[in-house]
Amino acid sequence: MRCKNLVDVGRRQFLRGGAMATAGAAVVTVAGASSASAAPVAGAQLDYPSNKLANIADLKVNEPMDIEYPDADSPGALIKLGKAVEGGVGPDGDIVAFSTLCPHKGYNVNYNDKDRTMNCPGHFSRFDVESGGQQVWGHATSNLPQFVLRVDAKGDIYAEGASDLIFGRPSNVL
Amino acid sequence: MAFKRQIDRLPIPPKDAKVHNVTCHYCIVGCGYKAYTWPRNKQGTAKSNALGIDLSQQQGADGTWVAPSMHNIVRQDGKDVHLAVVPDKECVVNSGLVSIRGGRMAENRPSRITNTQQQRLTDPMIWRNGTWQPTSWDDALDLVARVTARVISEYGEDELLVSMFDHGGSAGGYENTWGTGKLYFQSMNIKNARIHNRPAYNSEVHATRDMGIGELNYSYSDYEVTDTIFMIGANSLETQTNLFLNHMRKGMENGARFISVDPRRTVTINAAEEIAGKENVLHLPIDPGSDMVLMNAILTHIVDNGWTDKEFIKNSTFQGGEAVAADAAHPAGLGSLDYAMQTCRTTTAKAAEICKVPEADIIKAAEWIAKPKADGSRRKCVTCYEKGIIWGNDNYRSNGAIVNIALATGNIGREGGGCCRLGGHQEGYYRPADHVGRPATYVDQLLISGGGKVQHIWACDHFKTTLNAAQYKKVHRRRAGMVKDAMDAAASGTREQQVEAILAAVNAGGLFVVDTDIIHSQIGQNAHVILPAVESNEMNLTSMNGERRLRLSEKYMDGPGDAKPDCLIAAGIAQNLERVLREMGKNDYADKFKGYDWKTEEDAFMDGYHQGNPDVTYDRLRAMGNNGVQEPVHGYENGKLLGTPRLYADGKFDRHGRKDKKALFCAAGWRGLQAPGKERERATHKFWINNVRANIFWQNQFLDQDNDFIQDRFPYPFIEMNPQDMADMGLNPGDLIEIHNENGSTQGMAYPTKTARPGQVAMVFGSPSGSQGNVVNPGVNELVLPDYKHTWGNIRKIANATPKAKGVSFKSKEYTS
Repeated sequence: MRCKNLVDVGRRQFLRGGAMATAGAAVVTVAGASSASAAPVAGAQLDYPSNKLANIADLKVNEPMDIEYPDADSPGALIKLGKAVEGGVGPDGDIVAFSTLCPHKGYNVNYNDKDRTMNCPGHFSRFDVESGGQQVWGHATSNLPQFVLRVDAKGDIYAEGASDLIFGRPSNVL
Repeated sequence: MAFKRQIDRLPIPPKDAKVHNVTCHYCIVGCGYKAYTWPRNKQGTAKSNALGIDLSQQQGADGTWVAPSMHNIVRQDGKDVHLAVVPDKECVVNSGLVSIRGGRMAENRPSRITNTQQQRLTDPMIWRNGTWQPTSWDDALDLVARVTARVISEYGEDELLVSMFDHGGSAGGYENTWGTGKLYFQSMNIKNARIHNRPAYNSEVHATRDMGIGELNYSYSDYEVTDTIFMIGANSLETQTNLFLNHMRKGMENGARFISVDPRRTVTINAAEEIAGKENVLHLPIDPGSDMVLMNAILTHIVDNGWTDKEFIKNSTFQGGEAVAADAAHPAGLGSLDYAMQTCRTTTAKAAEICKVPEADIIKAAEWIAKPKADGSRRKCVTCYEKGIIWGNDNYRSNGAIVNIALATGNIGREGGGCCRLGGHQEGYYRPADHVGRPATYVDQLLISGGGKVQHIWACDHFKTTLNAAQYKKVHRRRAGMVKDAMDAAASGTREQQVEAILAAVNAGGLFVVDTDIIHSQIGQNAHVILPAVESNEMNLTSMNGERRLRLSEKYMDGPGDAKPDCLIAAGIAQNLERVLREMGKNDYADKFKGYDWKTEEDAFMDGYHQGNPDVTYDRLRAMGNNGVQEPVHGYENGKLLGTPRLYADGKFDRHGRKDKKALFCAAGWRGLQAPGKERERATHKFWINNVRANIFWQNQFLDQDNDFIQDRFPYPFIEMNPQDMADMGLNPGDLIEIHNENGSTQGMAYPTKTARPGQVAMVFGSPSGSQGNVVNPGVNELVLPDYKHTWGNIRKIANATPKAKGVSFKSKEYTS
């Protein structure tokens, strides 16, 4: 199920600087058993746009909203899960956003609202949006890229970064 | 919470990056990749780059993309360079598809810049002063040679136990099987050898070979033009991923039906239903181990309905009754179809009763395989099988019963046909004739009973991947420990005194262990000498895939530290044995170890494979690129090697070596669970412990134990379990559970899934942190093929889900549309 309720995110109207509140910057690196990092160039991050995606009032539980981030060529989904998850933002800690391009071969993933997974019709991969986009089963070599979110006092939700490289680009900000 | 790479940009390969042909070395499919390497301080641009695309634009689905896992910084000719290993769209095997294994080849390379795979061995090591101490090749090989030479010259070569891979890809391949094979089967006559994944030196598919049919006889393209795909005991979407996605899928999209024989519902079946529609997919969830009965009933139904290929049977199969009687080397008689039918004849009703599947489904399977189409034309069927049969019940007869159907329907050697094992590793076997005999020695049992004084191990870790593993480990640790104690006691002595101490220990029941591997493995914990090897792309390596496609996968980086190709390590052992034997005054024996003056892996290739296949050279293979050539190679014309897309196209079968070139049918007589102890185990335990694979670390768990992305998903081996069984036992997802029986115990993480039927669990095989083999009994067939798949045990809870396990998703693995 894909919600077609596309929000006007003010394409490419990047709101840079200022908004440094870190309420949404809760995308956490979970290292594995080993101390050795698999990340060749981790550390420095790009200068991401801060894009308004929606207001909390626009979201209904378990009904994903189509978004685009960091730019119009990169589709994603904003989801209110109705239960707090690690990395979730908002007063209920339950709002998350992901790229919807499968990090295997770039097909658009579909949302299954019954078990809350993103499913790729290309090659049958699936990702758990309640577990930080972890690939439940599939061919991708990273989990579903999760967008870093921030919620301001008015309840406006902003995307301001991404946890992983988005399919089909050498840099998240082209 | 899922592992996040926190990588949001990657270096761009410049236009002048070096390009290398790469065949993925993990699984049998052997997907083609291109490896780009370029200086660390250079980059391409969005518009000018080696990928030849405009990187300022978002790429669409199936577009070229370098994922973070496809990049690393490695050493090449002593310098740090960027590496990007990207799937090759021009390779007919994968057409640009990438698996979760192959897509991580780059990040699973050792790098001192990015700190990946720091577990790789870099120096030869000798057990000294209570631990492993680094040393030179000369020093390590001297000790190996002195102990080995003493033992083989004074006690005979049967006292040298050898565990060695026989496969391609990874650290195998024609170069390395030749190097080791020449050492043990030409310079020596080693009888007590075993292969990496089984306790003897034998074929996993003796039956099909004895019937005249090599087990890799088709082309992957046959799946695309067939009418029916008949899969038995295999889960290809997980274990031959891009064979399924790039070839089987096309077949189903072209109208092929799909039959799966598997006690467990798999992701392969789910995907087939998505592709072909449920009405064109038939799953036969048979009672574990009853495959042979099902095959016999299908064959009987086909024969009785006259759906056999009579011309083919007349021209290409044996006609005179019994050709080979059952004996110690043949667990079943072989002969004509009529002869085999006397034994195989089974009604569909009887099979339904034994296999516990509906009779109508058995009939449907027979119809899908062989019932002529409405216009009277024959149906084409590709038959494929793997570990459910190979590591299943009564290997020989079950294998034979499958091939019977393909033979009776004329589905071998023809387009859209084939009857093949699906395979694990790539193949790459080129060795002198072996001396192990048939049945081969059950080497694990020999070792457990105190046999052998020296063990040479090549890229095998029996601690994780053998049967009866608990017992094997216990004895191995004790026997190797005796030698460690002796070495420690003589630590201050000379080399000569050390050797004497080791000899005394092995004569008292100890075992001197030499382990060649790429990492310090679990069995390597018992080794006295450890020799560091390189793997594919740290050396040039030739292998063939599951359709016999031979490629040269090129070296693009230096091995870690002082590590060497296995073939050159074998040569080093031979040269040191020659030297030491000469010192001992045994010149005749020493002369047997001549002929290893190889400087490179190419020298080993020319000494071995090339001698038997004179058209094939590195230069010619390099020119054939990632599409290579399908073996056997029968010529070289106009700059191209000439291959063979499909075996037995002329209807002549020769794998058994018969002069009449007639294929034989197998008298596959059902006898229940064949291996000793299995029926009793089934009767006395609650759960069937199925032994399964997962795409995520199939064939590369030894590297993935040091990979954060993988360890985050499965920090412990999963044990799939029915939700109701879990509820009955008070288990929650992720709880650590122990499987136990009389053979031993093992542990893993409970993963609820409806695909596990009540009373059946599916545990992932080969895990470093939970050896399934601990609970597998020592039962084998007459030819020492193990039955890993049939194990029963009880389950108890050990602990609640740990914080690591709590971060894991326990949702269904099945894609939903």
